[in-house]
Amino acid sequence: MNLEEYKGVFVFAQQVDNELGNISFELIGKAKDLAKDLGTTVTAVLVGSDVKELVTPLAEYGADRVIVVDDPELKVYKTEPYAHALSEVIKEFKPDIFLIGATAIGRDLGPTVSARVATGLTADCTQLEIGDFPLNPIPGKEDEQKHNQLLMTRPAFGGNTIATIACPDNRPQMATVRPGVMQKITPVKGAEAEVVEFNPGFKPDRRYVEILEIVKNVSEAVDIQDAKILVSGGRGVGSPENFAILKDLAEAIGGEISCSRAVVDSGWMPKDMQVGQTGKTVRPKIYFAIGISGAIQHVAGMEESDVIVAVNKDETAPIFDVADYGIVGDLNKVVPLITAAVKQIMADK
Amino acid sequence: MLKIVVCIKQVPDTKGGVSFNPDGTLNRAAMLAIMNPDDKAGLEAALRIKDSQDAEVTVITMGLPKAEAVLREALAMGADKAILITDRVLGGADTWATSSTIAAGLKKLDYDIIFTGRQAIDGDTAQVGPQIAEHLQIPVISYAEKVEIDGNDVIVQRQYEDRYHKIKTSMPCLITALAELNEPRYMTPGGIIDAVDAEITVWGRADLPDLDDANIGLAGSPTKIAKASDKVKKGVGEKVDMDPQEAVDWLIGKFTEKHII
Repeated sequence: MNLEEYKGVFVFAQQVDNELGNISFELIGKAKDLAKDLGTTVTAVLVGSDVKELVTPLAEYGADRVIVVDDPELKVYKTEPYAHALSEVIKEFKPDIFLIGATAIGRDLGPTVSARVATGLTADCTQLEIGDFPLNPIPGKEDEQKHNQLLMTRPAFGGNTIATIACPDNRPQMATVRPGVMQKITPVKGAEAEVVEFNPGFKPDRRYVEILEIVKNVSEAVDIQDAKILVSGGRGVGSPENFAILKDLAEAIGGEISCSRAVVDSGWMPKDMQVGQTGKTVRPKIYFAIGISGAIQHVAGMEESDVIVAVNKDETAPIFDVADYGIVGDLNKVVPLITAAVKQIMADK
Repeated sequence: MLKIVVCIKQVPDTKGGVSFNPDGTLNRAAMLAIMNPDDKAGLEAALRIKDSQDAEVTVITMGLPKAEAVLREALAMGADKAILITDRVLGGADTWATSSTIAAGLKKLDYDIIFTGRQAIDGDTAQVGPQIAEHLQIPVISYAEKVEIDGNDVIVQRQYEDRYHKIKTSMPCLITALAELNEPRYMTPGGIIDAVDAEITVWGRADLPDLDDANIGLAGSPTKIAKASDKVKKGVGEKVDMDPQEAVDWLIGKFTEKHII
């Protein structure tokens, strides 16, 4: 493998129902930083059916070039033919770096594609930068240190450890990236990207599974990743009905409701409200953890919040280790008092 | 007879019982080693198929010799055969090398369905299942929350963030299971007794002739660890334990003082 042939930072522009997800713009935002450090460009790879109109937003969010793989076979996500589309793009265009969102699609597509093109893949990254590998030269072997490598940092062990990983001898350097972590840029109206249409041909075989039915969850709730303030409840809330006191606070302060895994497992709240390792990563301005003990899997999904407030009756709850402000007490008494005080402040403004 | 193979992994239990050394590093020795929860759901799915039709369930793991413990647990739950892939030269493998190795083991077996867990709670990558399917050139369905057999086909409910797809595929295929898929059964007393003496097949590097040396262990792993560190704990904030009204006044005072709201 001649590593020098591989150039440019590519991102998978994930669309569902011909709508681009935020993750696509977040990846482009990060890719721009990396491309700047490397003196190269950002290419978005758009895969779907009748998706050409999505080129404009990708350009406005910073893509220099968009490779469009448009085919009726690609209407709905299936491992195959999407893996074929991306693998063929990689073989044809030889990217140095390829980023994919760590979504339920990306975490299926990424490993399949990386295995097909025989390269490494680092999962669920929360930090990406360009640097040297090894980080420090080995004495006597200074010339073996590689420069301009993608250094991929990710939590492991349920969030207890952090590892920085490189892929020095294979290309592309591939990573899946946690949604909600990277920053998208403010879109530039009228920005244009070079458009390249590419169709490697799709011949269905038995790896093309059949979709019998698509069932969408009915949830009117907004995406908790977009919320500026989250009032999040755990098992300590006690019952689904008791979430009313959290809703009152969310309403008073202009926030949304979210929850811990225990609440989803108990069937009190839908899965898309869940914060944490197996749920969503959030970083609101204020995160209220109400009756949440703070298992590491939960903390991994919310610790980047600007301000964390915890209310819990157990003073030894680990949530207090990450909270900026902790109140030990009965949430049924404390939360309504916070709501009342917030309402007063809002009324005074 | 349906041949089902379940890939399982022994992992340290990170739920609840996380233990730290005095210097703040993770005390792995003090943590329980368990069968990875998603894998256990895959095993349960296999055993439920076996409950309803003629099927044979084989469990396979790659790890240290002590990983035998999860194979015995699987046997005690009702699996028929167990295989341990263990060899010093396989250590330090990333997901590419791990999936290459396990796939080489699977090539020696007959299978209609392979179950893996979606992800293991130590690495959390969710990569090994789909990568095994790629090495074996069979269809993969990830994130299964429901599995049914329909003649020669498998019908799987595949979870996404805001929807699910009901997917049909022919066998052989690989399915990655979510812990939500089912409630795994307990080991039976008779099963435990039988499992103690059950024979476990052990394969080393030499038993996997299909495997290329370039794809195994630390040296055969494309990804390399540049740095690993225990997470720096955030500085502890302030905590009060007082009358609710006083506590709320304190909190609101902080909010206004720091212009949080």
